[in-house]
Amino acid sequence: MMLAQSGVEIRDRSDASCVADNGFCPRWIADNLDRYADPLLQHVYLTLVSVAIGFAVAAALALLAHRRRWLVGPIVNVTGILYTIPSVAAFFLLLPLTGRGNTTAIVALVAYTLLILFRNMIDGLDGVPEESRDAGRGMGLTRRQLLWRVEVPLALPAIMTGLRVAMTTTVGLAALAFFAGAGGLGAEINADLAFKSNVVVASALCLLLAAALDGAILLAQRALTPWSRAA
Amino acid sequence: MPAALELQNVTKQYPGAGGAPAVADLSLRVEPGETCVLVGPSGSGKTTAMRMVNRMVDMTSGDILIDGRSVMRSDPAELRRHIGYVIQNVGLFPHRTALQNIGTVPQLLGWPRERIVARARELADLVGLDPALADRYPGQMSGGQRQRVGVARALAADPPLMLMDEPFGALDPITRDHLQGEFERLKERVSTTIVFVTHDIDEAIRLGDRIAILREGGGLAQYATPGELLLHPADAFVEEFVGADRALKRLALMQVSDCELEPVGAVPAGSAAMRDDTSLRDALAALLSDPDGRLPIVDAEGRPIGVLALETVHAKLRVEAGAPSPG
Ligand SMILES: Nc1ncnc2c1ncn2[C@@H]1O[C@H](COP(=O)(O)OP(=O)(O)OP(=O)(O)O)[C@@H](O)[C@H]1O
Ligand SMILES: [Mg+2]
Repeated sequence: MMLAQSGVEIRDRSDASCVADNGFCPRWIADNLDRYADPLLQHVYLTLVSVAIGFAVAAALALLAHRRRWLVGPIVNVTGILYTIPSVAAFFLLLPLTGRGNTTAIVALVAYTLLILFRNMIDGLDGVPEESRDAGRGMGLTRRQLLWRVEVPLALPAIMTGLRVAMTTTVGLAALAFFAGAGGLGAEINADLAFKSNVVVASALCLLLAAALDGAILLAQRALTPWSRAA
Repeated sequence: MPAALELQNVTKQYPGAGGAPAVADLSLRVEPGETCVLVGPSGSGKTTAMRMVNRMVDMTSGDILIDGRSVMRSDPAELRRHIGYVIQNVGLFPHRTALQNIGTVPQLLGWPRERIVARARELADLVGLDPALADRYPGQMSGGQRQRVGVARALAADPPLMLMDEPFGALDPITRDHLQGEFERLKERVSTTIVFVTHDIDEAIRLGDRIAILREGGGLAQYATPGELLLHPADAFVEEFVGADRALKRLALMQVSDCELEPVGAVPAGSAAMRDDTSLRDALAALLSDPDGRLPIVDAEGRPIGVLALETVHAKLRVEAGAPSPG
């Protein structure tokens, strides 16, 4: 994973073929695919951990702000500022604090997901029909039961939409994590930007990863909210 | 066991409503097993009055007793689990199927799973919900089907008291009539005290054992049985609210069998016979279109028992009006 930083060439330029010509070489790709396995796994790791932590933090904030509406404004402002800091800048800002490596990358990626996740959670909770809430109270649900049995389930479609956006954005941003020394597919792309085969494979893996994660969430959403397609 | 309900000088003043209370000094008593219909123009405080019973709205003053015990002494959530509630606009949970919606309160009460499902099916059947709809979501049901689920949900835990806020509102007249008919049958099969809100006086007369007419500002204009209300409206407001066709509405409450029939015999040929459990209102309509104003009457087995004459119906109305008000 540290290949890029240590300056090791990923191709053999002595071979006077398509590889030396910076070309797109299916043979080379087939032979070298396994070199992308570790960076891909690292990319998946960065993405999932960041989104998971971001989701937990955003959920805690949303639950707090759901009861105390005045918190929504300040939380949106703060997470909004985090959202607008360019990620590369965030990596460099964090380096003195957390050093090179996963921690720095994850902290920056988490910060980036918060606004999207929080806003969708709040929008989802706000979108719960008043009459459902009223019926729930009228049936004798306590506030806690109302939250977990009525409000959260009804907010799920919006929450899952936020999760999808956060997930795909994070896959993209994790491609810059190598600036923080956290590897990932971005490190591979950067290792030999001039070699088309390399750039194509690494980028394609990024796209596939984003599509796969997006699809997984979509499937989960279908399973969790069968009623939303019915309505 | 159906509960007794008593409202004692109940007043609700919403904050910032400029001094006018939504419900003013309302007192009424509903006997166990009775259906009390709250009726009145829009904004007369019907929903407010009803929602104070299960503490969805906090009363400003007065007290509400269920079986002699003040609702203020119960925890609101606990109280509500023992009072069936059909909210205005039904309010089914969109993310739960028909059966799951019906099982809401039993689930809160911690019934075992199988018992909840069995009870939900039983109620779906009781309110005439097509079994094929059991696993549908509210978004996949028609308005009438949702209303049935709403009623079944309120009945699920066999509550001693049930509150129904315009359960058949927003339905076409045919479906509404159909559901009202089912409600009448349902009332015979469940023993529960019912408070029923509507702004439709005909629905009130049809379904209520007693009717409370509220006027704008939430005051009680009259509290009486349907018959008494039609016969002796307390004031001009009630008279107007009940409508100019009071006599016809009274006839709708009586049956052919309530009249003295003329002996069988002089029945004009060609007149179709009418059963003695027909309402006098329908009988009158038939009499008016009969050339002689006389109709043969048969009992439930189709045996001729007499002849009903137009004059008899007219006389019946006058006798009723002249007699002291019925219990
Ligand atoms: N939450 C509230 N806050 C302030 N005022 C309210 C509130 N709910 C109802 N009101 C007012 O109280 C009065 C009675 O309202 P309520 O809903 O009880 O009438 P209703 O008889 O049920 O009318 P409808 O037939 O239209 O349902 C109205 O003037 C209404 O505007
Ligand atoms: Mg109302």
